[in-house]
Amino acid sequence: MNTPDAHDFLAVDHDLTDEERAIRDTVRDYATAELLPHVADWFDAGTIPDPRGVAKGLGALGVFGMHLSGYGCAGTNAVSYGLACRELEAVDSGLRSFVSVQGSLAMTAIHRYGSEEQRQEWLPRMASGDALGCFGLTEPDSGSDPGSMRTRARRDGSDWILNGTKMWITNGSVADVAVVWAATDDGIRGFIVPRDTPGFSANVIHKKLSLRASITSELVLQDARLPGDALLPGAEGLRGPLSCLSEARYGIVWGAAGAARSCFTSALDYAESRTQFGRPIAGFQLTQRKLADMLIDVNHATMTALRIGRLKDEGRAHHSHISFGKLANVRAAQRVAAVARGVHGANGITLEYPVMRHMLNLESVATYEGTEEVHALTLGQVLTGTPAFR
Amino acid sequence: MNIVVCVKQVPDTATERKLRSDDKTLDRDAADGVVNELDEYAVEEALRLKEAHGGEVTVLTMGPGRATETIRKALAMGADKAVHLSDDALHGSDALATSYAMAQTLKKIGFDLVILGSESTDARTGVLAAMLAERLGTPQLTLANKVDVDGTAIAIQRVTDYGFDKVEATLPAVVSVVEKINDPRYPSFKGIMAAKKKKVETLGIADAEIAAELVGLAGAWSEVAEFAAAPPRAAGTIVKDEGDGGTKTADFLASKKFI
Ligand SMILES: Cc1cc2nc3c(=O)[nH]c(=O)nc-3n(C[C@H](O)[C@H](O)[C@H](O)COP(=O)(O)OP(=O)(O)OC[C@H]3O[C@@H](n4cnc5c(N)ncnc54)[C@H](O)[C@@H]3O)c2cc1C
Repeated sequence: MNTPDAHDFLAVDHDLTDEERAIRDTVRDYATAELLPHVADWFDAGTIPDPRGVAKGLGALGVFGMHLSGYGCAGTNAVSYGLACRELEAVDSGLRSFVSVQGSLAMTAIHRYGSEEQRQEWLPRMASGDALGCFGLTEPDSGSDPGSMRTRARRDGSDWILNGTKMWITNGSVADVAVVWAATDDGIRGFIVPRDTPGFSANVIHKKLSLRASITSELVLQDARLPGDALLPGAEGLRGPLSCLSEARYGIVWGAAGAARSCFTSALDYAESRTQFGRPIAGFQLTQRKLADMLIDVNHATMTALRIGRLKDEGRAHHSHISFGKLANVRAAQRVAAVARGVHGANGITLEYPVMRHMLNLESVATYEGTEEVHALTLGQVLTGTPAFR
Repeated sequence: MNIVVCVKQVPDTATERKLRSDDKTLDRDAADGVVNELDEYAVEEALRLKEAHGGEVTVLTMGPGRATETIRKALAMGADKAVHLSDDALHGSDALATSYAMAQTLKKIGFDLVILGSESTDARTGVLAAMLAERLGTPQLTLANKVDVDGTAIAIQRVTDYGFDKVEATLPAVVSVVEKINDPRYPSFKGIMAAKKKKVETLGIADAEIAAELVGLAGAWSEVAEFAAAPPRAAGTIVKDEGDGGTKTADFLASKKFI
């Protein structure tokens, strides 16, 4: 019997098909060679300096909207999409966010709720990475409770006039198109807002301490005038944006497992090579306990992700399954990152090692796409039948 | 243009590679199999030539059943179809026998241009291109870092110690490439999914009219007589710089006859 592989202890990846493995390897090879060498600098600079270049590279692989079909999308299964998220987030949560926002949020909204013309116009360009999209739901005063949004869309003849502010919008200031959710007289509706729309502007949010290798923006809509066909015909009510969020959250379930794996791997390597008191710190019982705890968290997270992915491919993933995965895996990744940070000693606070970068990123990952509390309440409602949100 | 790219599955250089104690051949179960790195450059060059001149790219691999993983990667990059030469009788073939088996297969499937990586990371003989060309009776254009095709004329830049040679020939021909030639593409997801549906033809030695006595361990002209693990690296010498670091380093190099 061979000793289990420290990097896939429960051999979870053995359950992948050849095709899933090939997709995993392609993303891993690409991310390791093309993104990893730069990501610490991007984090340090607090931006992605060439988002178009990153988009073109990822688009050529077929990452954007990879689990959607037609319109230039690759049409893979959900597990393959998850694996791509895992491998990207093992490099940096900012890169996985880049892909989530483009593929799971903006493209899914257009694919699922757009008219045929809207799909033809935007999806092929977004799949190839030639056009960037963002997704504007959150507002300064409306986060976990998006139904309280203040952005309004009103009719003016056949046009729509939008007013309001969207906050914390990933890729907002570099996007060619924003999918903006606004309240109308008939409830919440989605709109396709091209960047050159009069009355639309985007401002970069500075001084972030987390997800620094990612561009986060504020969108301002001041009497922004849109033609009647900018409305997404298929989405009515909050269910529209929430169903897109469920797709993106699914990616986070896998992504968090990637960030956790990266922290654990770094901690294991470091513990084996760092000598104190005359021997590698990996030889101390207290360190071994930390390694064992991290190993368990990483493997639990990976198994959870694959299980939910298989449920999704079978059409049996309930939105509360995704809540389970998001809550469990992000929390596991945060535990691993914090312990791994400690194992690295002073080196752990630098960008020479990935651990503190992941630890800080995971603060955003824990907050967006539904906070821990929101997912706990979702699970509570499913278990008890009693909603406790308000 | 009908281009055949020869690819080989080799043990991952990142893992520990071993020979088998019984017949002194490579222990393929001991390490993960990957595409020989230089062969990815060969595939890329073939795809670029096809994109520029039209035609078809066929992947040819000789190896055991699990070498299909290697074929899939080349197909995912964009090759059109594959031929897998696989037969227990080929186990243990040396370079001469391999070139014979591959040449027989190439004659059978036909080609205008054969492209190979200039060597494999496992055996590292680097002779296959030359042997193939000789057996096929075609020009050999080896160690290319640039390939140009114009009709039936082919020209390469051969990398040398002093710069490069320009080598010209007429198709059909055999070309081997070095890694400076291009930047191999990553297989796209669409390519990975399309690869499943591409045709992979498996041939045994009889199909390719390969004589059993000329291949395999028994037909090999060379033999691994003995092998031993590389000795563990001796501890290095640390030169402490006390103002005379330069002199000490020079003395050390001189003692080893490096200078
Ligand atoms: C880096 C980054 C990128 C983002 N990108 C996007 C994007 O692209 N598009 C987009 O639309 N949004 C984006 N967001 C916004 C994100 O989705 C919101 O921050 C998130 O929904 C939480 O909202 P909030 O920040 O307003 O927090 P709040 O909702 O104000 O929550 C504050 C705290 O109160 C808790 N809380 C709230 N309600 C309850 C309750 N009922 N019971 C118990 N506790 C409760 C929360 O769990 C949290 O701990 C991004 C955020 C970040 C940090």
